[in-house]
Amino acid sequence: MAEPRAVTRRGDARLWLAGGWLLLALLAAIFAPLIAPQDPLAQDLMFERLPPFWMQGSEPGFWLGTDSLGRDLLSRLIYGGRVAFIVAFAAASAACLVGSALGLIAGYFGGWPDRIVSRIVDVWMAFPPVLFAILLVAVFGTGLTSVIIAIAIIDWTRFCRVIRAEAMSQARMDYVENARIAGFGRIGIMLREVLPNVAPAIVALLSLEMGIAVIVEAILSFVNLSISTDDPTWGGIIAEGRLSIHQAWWILVFPLITLFLTVLSFSQFGEGLKNRFDPVMR
Amino acid sequence: MILQRFLIRLLTMAITLLGVSVVVFVIIRVAPGNPIAMMLPPGATDADIERLKALYGLDKSILQQYGIWLSGVLQGDFGTSISLRQDVLGLVLNRLPATLELSIVALLIALLIGGPLAVIGAREQGTGIEAGIDVANGAALSIPDFLWGLALILLFGVLWPIFEISGRVSPRLDLPFATQFYLFESILRLRFDLTKDLISHMFMPALALALPLAAIISQLLKLSLKEVMTLDYVVLARVKGFSETQVILREALKNAALPALTLIGVQFTFLIGGTVIIERLFSYEGLGNMAIDAVINRDLPLIQGIVLVFALLFVTINLIVDMTYALLNPRLRHG
Repeated sequence: MAEPRAVTRRGDARLWLAGGWLLLALLAAIFAPLIAPQDPLAQDLMFERLPPFWMQGSEPGFWLGTDSLGRDLLSRLIYGGRVAFIVAFAAASAACLVGSALGLIAGYFGGWPDRIVSRIVDVWMAFPPVLFAILLVAVFGTGLTSVIIAIAIIDWTRFCRVIRAEAMSQARMDYVENARIAGFGRIGIMLREVLPNVAPAIVALLSLEMGIAVIVEAILSFVNLSISTDDPTWGGIIAEGRLSIHQAWWILVFPLITLFLTVLSFSQFGEGLKNRFDPVMR
Repeated sequence: MILQRFLIRLLTMAITLLGVSVVVFVIIRVAPGNPIAMMLPPGATDADIERLKALYGLDKSILQQYGIWLSGVLQGDFGTSISLRQDVLGLVLNRLPATLELSIVALLIALLIGGPLAVIGAREQGTGIEAGIDVANGAALSIPDFLWGLALILLFGVLWPIFEISGRVSPRLDLPFATQFYLFESILRLRFDLTKDLISHMFMPALALALPLAAIISQLLKLSLKEVMTLDYVVLARVKGFSETQVILREALKNAALPALTLIGVQFTFLIGGTVIIERLFSYEGLGNMAIDAVINRDLPLIQGIVLVFALLFVTINLIVDMTYALLNPRLRHG
């Protein structure tokens, strides 16, 4: 049985690497005031578009260089992580709660609850998600809460579709029938028997959704519709970098690498967790 | 059987579109502050507000407004754009071809990358090559089109500038086109100089959209191929002395493609949804780019029109995929 163990070890390495990056980025965001070498909002036109530390013309203390207003890039990335992680946790949890609940009800009960939920999901799937997000934020007004609510409103269907299918297949299993014969009520069975069995799928999706939320927030701040324009966000830095791409490539490169690592880590972390908790995979 | 299935699908499609129109209508109308405030520039007088209200029928109840708007839409009247002061349907139809061309080119790129990778992966089962393809697929899938677009801009726009990073076509060019399908028309007119310019603008946004889909195609088709390759008729072809590649291309592929088709169809609608931000990123003048401007300018009729056209596109693609599947699948055809 060398195969499965090798798979597990590879899965563990993936889990540790992804978890390690996320923990590092999260701690940096939480302790931003202690870690950030500069004030992320301080402009200094003497220091505009300084290159990163290994290049000629860099200044000590500005490790990754500065943007077109002379603001320190590393400090802005660290502070931008705050918005990214708040949106990731809050929006993904809200989407998860709504989507999983509706999916569980639709999949387990079937019948008309299922028909109503499925019809709503169909309507939601006919919207281009990015346009939907931009529209909602425009309507709610910019701000952290709007962004979180918009993402939750759009992405609950991701949970709903998967959990509905999972709950549906669980509902047909013998153990559900046995529980019913043993005298448990329908809602009791759903929460105590079916829910724990679909939980690994929920956990994996939740982690994946956090990555998606980070991207959507970046897209919204890229089109200048996220939070106030003064506060540093990864998408805002990217928008700035896209504009000065021919003068200062580093303004785009560093937030891009940060986003790549974060999104990749969230999805790998979710996969890793799922494999670890899934009894069949184990 | 198939006709019945088609009619049921058509009905669900209509209900979905109706649902989309209600949701958009409600989102815009129940927004805090009245919609007129969203439409007008700051500093408008009360008289302006009243005039505009009457003009757009906003002095009536929400239900009446929806009825008026819907009956207009059914007659092909989507209203007038507030920011551009033109017919919404005309504006949308003018931009739609650009988005369609981009999406189709992206789909072709995805098939060109994903198809061969699936065949190679299925042929090299259990080897390092297959593992390598799996890792590449995993990475391409986890990274969304927005990030691929930015990475491509750095790679082929700055580091090794061989493609254009913004616009649809070089502004100095004289365009002899009768339709908005510039790329297709340039090929038909044999104006390959224009084709080259259009491709040079379109390549990066199309590739950014294509990469996640290529990974999905490669993954699904490979799984499906592996399954088919254990079937008797494929084994027989192998015994007859065909090479493994021949067996896959001649025998396995046509039966493996069908199950993958449905999922690829759904993924294609995700790709089209992605054009909204990708067009913005590359300043490509398509429907998505116009949609973002419409939202920023709070142009309600235009937003409604664009969202509805996107929704129509999505449900139509799903319908076509579903019907193709039903027509090609012998079990459903004779069922």
